[in-house]
Amino acid sequence: MRASQRYFHRRVVNVIGLVASCAAMIFGLFFLGAILFTLLKNGLPALKMAVFTEMTPPPGSAGGLLNAIVGSLMMSGLATLIGTPIGILAGTYLAEFGSGSPLASTVRFINGILLSAPSVVIGFFIYTLVVIKMGHFSGFAGALALATIIIPVVVNSTENMLKLVPNTLREAAAALGAPQWKITWYVTYRAASAGIMTGILLAVARISGETAPLLFTALNNQFFSADLGRPLANLPVVIFQFAMSPYEDWQHLAWAGALLITFAVLILNIVARFILRRTSTSG
Amino acid sequence: MQTGRVDFTDIQNPKIQVRDLNFFYGSFQAVKSVSLNVADKKVTAFIGPSGCGKSTLLRTFNRMYALYPQQRVEGSILFNGQNILDRKRDVNLLRAKVGMVFQKPTPFPMSIFDNVAFGVKLYEDLDHTALAERVQWALEKAALWKEVRDKLKQGGGSLSGGQQQRLCIARAIAVQPEVLLLDEPTSALDPIATARIEELISELNKELTIVIVTHNMQQAARISNFTAFMYMGELIEFNETARLFTNPEVRLTQDYITGHFG
Repeated sequence: MRASQRYFHRRVVNVIGLVASCAAMIFGLFFLGAILFTLLKNGLPALKMAVFTEMTPPPGSAGGLLNAIVGSLMMSGLATLIGTPIGILAGTYLAEFGSGSPLASTVRFINGILLSAPSVVIGFFIYTLVVIKMGHFSGFAGALALATIIIPVVVNSTENMLKLVPNTLREAAAALGAPQWKITWYVTYRAASAGIMTGILLAVARISGETAPLLFTALNNQFFSADLGRPLANLPVVIFQFAMSPYEDWQHLAWAGALLITFAVLILNIVARFILRRTSTSG
Repeated sequence: MQTGRVDFTDIQNPKIQVRDLNFFYGSFQAVKSVSLNVADKKVTAFIGPSGCGKSTLLRTFNRMYALYPQQRVEGSILFNGQNILDRKRDVNLLRAKVGMVFQKPTPFPMSIFDNVAFGVKLYEDLDHTALAERVQWALEKAALWKEVRDKLKQGGGSLSGGQQQRLCIARAIAVQPEVLLLDEPTSALDPIATARIEELISELNKELTIVIVTHNMQQAARISNFTAFMYMGELIEFNETARLFTNPEVRLTQDYITGHFG
């Protein structure tokens, strides 16, 4: 082949590759756009003040999602409080203390399995362990199920973010005579703080839409309750129930709830990116 | 290869005495049976081609290798008359007395003040005034005070490369160590910043024992009192710097300093 032929060939291949990848991108974005569009179209009209001030109604009467919003916030909050410290500590062990040990590689392997375990399995696990033992569904069981989902995500992101901290920084702290825990606490955590925070926010975003594990654990509650010991209303299960119902009021509320969750997740993701970008440019 | 070695062990008043030191990365032996003395309050330079074991040798003086389980050492290193390789000796107390500055500047992700105060707070319980005085003292010693006095609260990463390296030196001397180990401290810096660090080394040397690893033979000749030339893990020649560079006793040393290899 002559040089000009080769050049022509390469340009053709380039154009084909470019067209194919653009088509794939449009295909992906189309569905994302369609979902957001449908959500806004159906959710915005239903998003009235009453959504935030009134309880989930019986069919045929007006109401809101207050109990479900409060329940979701409580369970996500508790799950984050339980899951984040465990996740950070385990991730720290993997990156700073046990790296290379057989225990660490076992933990890392099992964490990988947990990371990709279907959430319905986790819900069922907590159902067997907590709900059956307690004798009834509860917000506490729901929070435990969500925490079980959070832990592997935080373990994974914490380990990865700590591993990005250059070893020279640890050596510099060790060279001053700092014990291992002070190196981790004062130097490595600080250097990785933005990444660890981002990992936590993404984990929270991940659980805020989980439905399957809550069906088995928190179930639902038509009335306002802030009692974690009882069944607790929550947005995903309410959406599931209301969307499947034949009542139009309920369907509208389901759309409103879906819109709320989606935008909460969107905001969490934007905040996570913002934190990461701000520190990566100033660092 | 000529492996004749000059034992220069009759140094007066040695701060560090290395005897029959062997060092292994797993099964690879990086330092082979090295013995030498480091003179008190003098500058000792380690030179040699890449991979000759000079940095490895330096990193045994504060047991840096202990961070990595696959690294192993044999022999003895006496510091103030005590064997620091003895595992019963507390490694952190040793490192508080033997400071280290690395090739690349390593400011901690905290303010300039906190960078310097970090090591001090580990071992001394000073009130705020005394701590501030110590930080100023260290920054003045490192010839950085005038440049940072108005921005002590800024992050250490906001300084230039040369300033960051002087910050690391300030951080190391703030804990008032007896020995300062410098592992190619100027190889990431421009000539002007390098000159400032070299001036600083001569200044600090009045109170401190300094051991420096350098790729730069002119640097070793300029700032050190004693020079050790290493090759393939062995100590080939150890002598007063002036003698080693003008009248080396071993052929290999002569070949290296005249640029025939390396």
